[in-house]
Amino acid sequence: MTNGWIDIKNTDMMLIMGGNPAENHPCGFKWAIEAKRTRNAKMIVVDPRFTRTAATSDLFCQIRAGADIAFLGGVVRYAIENNRIAKDYLINYTNAAFIVKEGFQLPEDGLYSGFDAGTQTYDKSTWNYEEGGDKSGEAATAAPARGHTGGATAANANAASTGGSAASQGQQPGSGSGPGLTGQGYTGMGAGGAKAMEPTKSAPTLPGKVAYDLTLQHPRCVFQLLKQQYSRYTPEMVERITGVPKDQFLKAADTFTSVRKDGDMKKVGTIMYAVGWTQHSFGTQIIRTAAILQLMLGNIGRAGGGVNALRGHSNIQGATDMGGVFDIWPGYLKAPNPTDTDLATYLKRVTPTTSKPEHWDSFNYWSNTPKFTVSFLKALYGDAATKENDWAFNYMPKVDRNYSWTQIWDAMYRGNVKGMFAFGMNGVAIGPDSQKNIDALKKAEFLVVGEIYPDETSEFWKSPGVTPDEMKTINTTVYRLPCAGFAEKDGSMTNSARWLQWKNVAVPPPGDCRLDQDIVAQIFLKVRDLYQSEGGKFPDPILKLTWAYTNTLHPALGDLAKELNGKALADLTDPKTQITIKRGQQLPGFAWLKDDGTTSCGNWIYSGCWTEAGNQMIRRGTEDPAGQGIYQNWAWSWPANRRVLYNRASCDPSGKPWDPTRKQVWWNESAQLWQGNDIPDFKPDSNPKDHMGPFIMNPEGVGRIFGPLAAFADGPFPEHYEPIESPVQNPLHPNQSNNPVVKKFKTAADKYATPGDGFNIICTTYRMVEHYHYWTKNNPMNVQLVPEAFVEIPVELAQELGIKGNDKVKVTSARSFYIAKAFVTKRIRPMTIDGKKVYQIGIPIHQGYRGIQEDADRNARTIANRLSPTVTDPNAYTPEFKGFLVKLEKA
Amino acid sequence: MELSRRNFLRGALVGGAGISLLGFDLTPAVAQLKELKIARATETRSTCPYCSVSCGVLIYTIGDKAKNVTPQVIHVEGDPDHPINRGTLCPKGASLEQDILNPRRLLKPQVRRPGSDHWEDIAWTQAIDEIAHRTKKIRDETFIEKDPQGRTVNRCESLAWIGGCTDTNEFNYLVVKTMRALGLTYMENQARV
Amino acid sequence: MSQSTLAIRRISAHAGAAPGENVERDELVCKLIDTTTCIGCKACEVACLEWNGYTFTETVFDNSYQTMPETTWNYWNLIKFNEHEREDGSITLLMRKDQCMHCADPGCLAACPADGAIVQYTNGIVDFQQQNCIGCGYCVSGCPFDIPKFNPTTKKMFKCTLCVDRVSEGLEPACIKSCPTGCLHFGTKDDMKDLAETRAKQLRENYGIEKAGVYDPAGVNGTGVIYVLHDITNPEAYGGLPKNPHVPWVVRIWKGPAKWIGNLAMLGGLLGVTLHYLRYGPKEIDAEKHEGEKP
Repeated sequence: MTNGWIDIKNTDMMLIMGGNPAENHPCGFKWAIEAKRTRNAKMIVVDPRFTRTAATSDLFCQIRAGADIAFLGGVVRYAIENNRIAKDYLINYTNAAFIVKEGFQLPEDGLYSGFDAGTQTYDKSTWNYEEGGDKSGEAATAAPARGHTGGATAANANAASTGGSAASQGQQPGSGSGPGLTGQGYTGMGAGGAKAMEPTKSAPTLPGKVAYDLTLQHPRCVFQLLKQQYSRYTPEMVERITGVPKDQFLKAADTFTSVRKDGDMKKVGTIMYAVGWTQHSFGTQIIRTAAILQLMLGNIGRAGGGVNALRGHSNIQGATDMGGVFDIWPGYLKAPNPTDTDLATYLKRVTPTTSKPEHWDSFNYWSNTPKFTVSFLKALYGDAATKENDWAFNYMPKVDRNYSWTQIWDAMYRGNVKGMFAFGMNGVAIGPDSQKNIDALKKAEFLVVGEIYPDETSEFWKSPGVTPDEMKTINTTVYRLPCAGFAEKDGSMTNSARWLQWKNVAVPPPGDCRLDQDIVAQIFLKVRDLYQSEGGKFPDPILKLTWAYTNTLHPALGDLAKELNGKALADLTDPKTQITIKRGQQLPGFAWLKDDGTTSCGNWIYSGCWTEAGNQMIRRGTEDPAGQGIYQNWAWSWPANRRVLYNRASCDPSGKPWDPTRKQVWWNESAQLWQGNDIPDFKPDSNPKDHMGPFIMNPEGVGRIFGPLAAFADGPFPEHYEPIESPVQNPLHPNQSNNPVVKKFKTAADKYATPGDGFNIICTTYRMVEHYHYWTKNNPMNVQLVPEAFVEIPVELAQELGIKGNDKVKVTSARSFYIAKAFVTKRIRPMTIDGKKVYQIGIPIHQGYRGIQEDADRNARTIANRLSPTVTDPNAYTPEFKGFLVKLEKA
Repeated sequence: MELSRRNFLRGALVGGAGISLLGFDLTPAVAQLKELKIARATETRSTCPYCSVSCGVLIYTIGDKAKNVTPQVIHVEGDPDHPINRGTLCPKGASLEQDILNPRRLLKPQVRRPGSDHWEDIAWTQAIDEIAHRTKKIRDETFIEKDPQGRTVNRCESLAWIGGCTDTNEFNYLVVKTMRALGLTYMENQARV
Repeated sequence: MSQSTLAIRRISAHAGAAPGENVERDELVCKLIDTTTCIGCKACEVACLEWNGYTFTETVFDNSYQTMPETTWNYWNLIKFNEHEREDGSITLLMRKDQCMHCADPGCLAACPADGAIVQYTNGIVDFQQQNCIGCGYCVSGCPFDIPKFNPTTKKMFKCTLCVDRVSEGLEPACIKSCPTGCLHFGTKDDMKDLAETRAKQLRENYGIEKAGVYDPAGVNGTGVIYVLHDITNPEAYGGLPKNPHVPWVVRIWKGPAKWIGNLAMLGGLLGVTLHYLRYGPKEIDAEKHEGEKP
């Protein structure tokens, strides 16, 4: 989240879409209700089903799963047409005025300029800003960039957000996926992940001085391109694509943009989303559309505003922050690729240089990348990381392609991944295409599962359908190690508001269970012993890894937290303040990091979490003097304990809050400093007259309405594409229906359906409030609340098929089938999509083949993700769990 | 009559057992209030492991953490001081007691051997030893030092780590550290899906 | 188990005044349920079970999110789900937490023939005292909300206690504490009534929900659990909340006029006994038996 849970209470307007917080984040949702109670805030819910969130909304629109970009694009168009725009914000805090290179083309036919059909990739050299100066007033003479058709397409501007993200669920700062576009930059600017890794010859870079037109009239300025891009998203087109009737759509668009009626800046609107947006083959671009809308409305950086990825699990924010995914290192540093022959080459590639109008300023915080990188390598390799050996840069594995989730299973299915460690991760149930994952595990040599309950993954070898004869042929050795539950471990978890909260141990692990960290440490140390005694391939990274834990076989999480925070490896003195930190002391924060080997830090964005003052994550201060829900002294929030990101944007260009009743930070002229109720997410002494942009993680300093260059694999602006399995051809461009850069997998297990094969019903999957993923099927309390698997089916479809409530039904996709009871409901209605009657059904994902009900044979023991397709978003690599095609029949 | 009622009330206020007066059983006036079950329990502050709101929870255990007591969870409820949840919980958080005290918990290391149709118990030392040997063997057999163009890559593509959503930051860091040191590139997490 | 005390306002089938009546300031407690902010999450259901020590009831899916058809002796708190078509044809989901209403004029207590089996504390909580319960089930006929339920094992009646064990220690009931959205609120009856009316007014004036109102039925003299409903004219749509609940007339007659007839009969009996005593003198009482009557 750019903001935080409690901050939602400060809002005047909520758009909840691609998420169902009442069911999936009930305790955070209270702040949405609080905004309604105390501010008369309005809530709009857009979802394929009338959910329990919708039950508390003021306006509900039932949308076809996967049509979100069309809906949001329509709202962008509405805002432009009706002048519901934060003009000063748009001009000064976004790249709306930047001029895009000639040659850039909008996707009127579904393709941006530079597409190579052979490789299904774009040459992005035209997705860039034009170099130059002030072009204001030159609009009349400038030639518009035309699309290939010679018709209206203009060149698009580029603006990209920060890169694709690293992990999927959205919000990684910096990763681009989320609100990223505004540059949440912490994830790496620009392209995250693999895109960045495409080994490039000499990759084009952003110009240092960008041409601009502050009147926003230049035909190739970002704003004009934006206007042109979404001019096609008329209310009629929105209705054709989304199924939301025009009048309802207009009511929603009018309501949401009403916060900017007549340009008034006082009110604030927020957007909340979750995996209903990320889990599509264009998921990142849905989030970008939301971010573009919020930038246009001036809602980012403000109390009660933002683009808020609710995220789904307790510590996936932390796992992403920690580089728990293949394409990033801790703190959203990019994983190196083979072109990075040495550290200098790597740093040159990944450290951005400013790109902005000449007289503007840009903090470009990622320019500190070398400090973060060297300090990370020092944390890993200590004295073995020296200037001479490039700080052990080559100890780190280099990645040059996509190694993400679905690729793991595909590689294992093809026999290339031979061993797997699954800790607290039920990969079979999570899917997609559970059967493919089961079949992949059958080919592995060994599987190590660390779990607290028996799960589908550890018992893949006796999954339904495996005969005794087949079982004898499955040669995988499976180790199932009993781990500790949450109450048996301490340590911190990072919530979606970026709060790191430390928890305490309440009880010891039962039986012969061991702490997860002990298990991993003991396996690693054993491997290390073997390399020590026997030698082996490239043992240095293993032998020289730092291991300065008090108890080597049982590393205390407190020791690890201190390593994450970082410490001084030599006496350090701040030249400005003359404050000195002694060698060996904990660092106060990332501002102290150095690229000369005198500091170590496991994760720069977590620097400040465990200082000389002790563990900051355990703090329990309940004071909130500003009354905005900031709680500065409760736990610790990254970065630098800031609670609302980009909060400089809560003020006008002169440094005064847009809304004096919700002051977050402000410029204090006499002190010549930024001050506030929150910690300014900004250079503290940057005078407003210097015009430094508030989006300090972007090299432009401003939010990216246009995502330039490699920021996104599939285009600088979002465009509506159909899900890989869709009942209709894309009404915008039937010849380019799907996202052109999305590649399908090609094993025998990977099958994709078309309506022509009789798969006409749209199926979406989700969680319910009563259950938590595949975990609570072991908890009797939760099981009694929702005891059985069911499929939500519209009344009209049930009547057509002769299905009654509680009947057993079978759902079939191109992959496999699923059996459950019918929940015939009025809460999902038939839709008309591009003139065609279409039904949607919904499946909660919580059942499998191991659980209380499963073991008692009170459920069909099928997994919902047997149905879902293996296809992913090209930026975040998140699978398309929402909106695929199925058939439905009575079982 | 006045006197009798005062007598009764005195009895009620001191919490005495029911008295029989004038043939009426007055027990109900003083009995039947269950004792607060957490009155003398130990309270430990923790964080709910489920969704990304990360509510504060209070775990109540018997005993006062003295050496001779094995704490047992008797109740879990929301932490009223926590700024986000302010004591509230959802049906999953409210049922955490049953997650901690759950008869389905795995309690000992097990192994399923190739071709087998059942789990066997295995000692921790043996399990760790076998896993370490297998890891080293596969790494040594498949480690890639240079790519086809001769550029250093130093990676092991035949082992994969998939991490869960409840792993702590510190644990994740330990995993990133150790698995990257082994050269793993197939490293993913619930965060992706 | 140690015991705590709580003064009593009313007591079932008890001759004479209730022992605790009017001895201290009456601070009526009340639970406010704002159905317009209920998300049907069932945290209250689980918190109730967990606090009261009930664990697992086998349930069956029945074309609804609702956990079971109605409350049971060990499931006192149930969200009722109703898919409801609004006047404009749109669909909504009405969700209402169903439990004992803790009536000011409790029909169960009026109907109960067992001395002290049902009490109403001075704070308004209506509580069953299982050790005095005879399992006759008359309370069911007295309750307009169909709340008391029979435990076939112990042959006693059970229902929500409004967590009197927590409330008497200064805590809020378990369901109230858990409620994520604050649709449940707890305080004095006066405060809750104000809060409810304010919320209903907000719904009418700022959200255009014209029929929003507060459910605090007069037929039972008000309740210790009150609702804010989107449509106060149609409480039945919320899983059968009665529009005008009242204590059944049979119970009224039985405990009203019929009781006086009984009392008259009893007085007649006493008169007879007195006359008999005056005429024949005292009867020898067995000393041992007398001892046994002492506590």
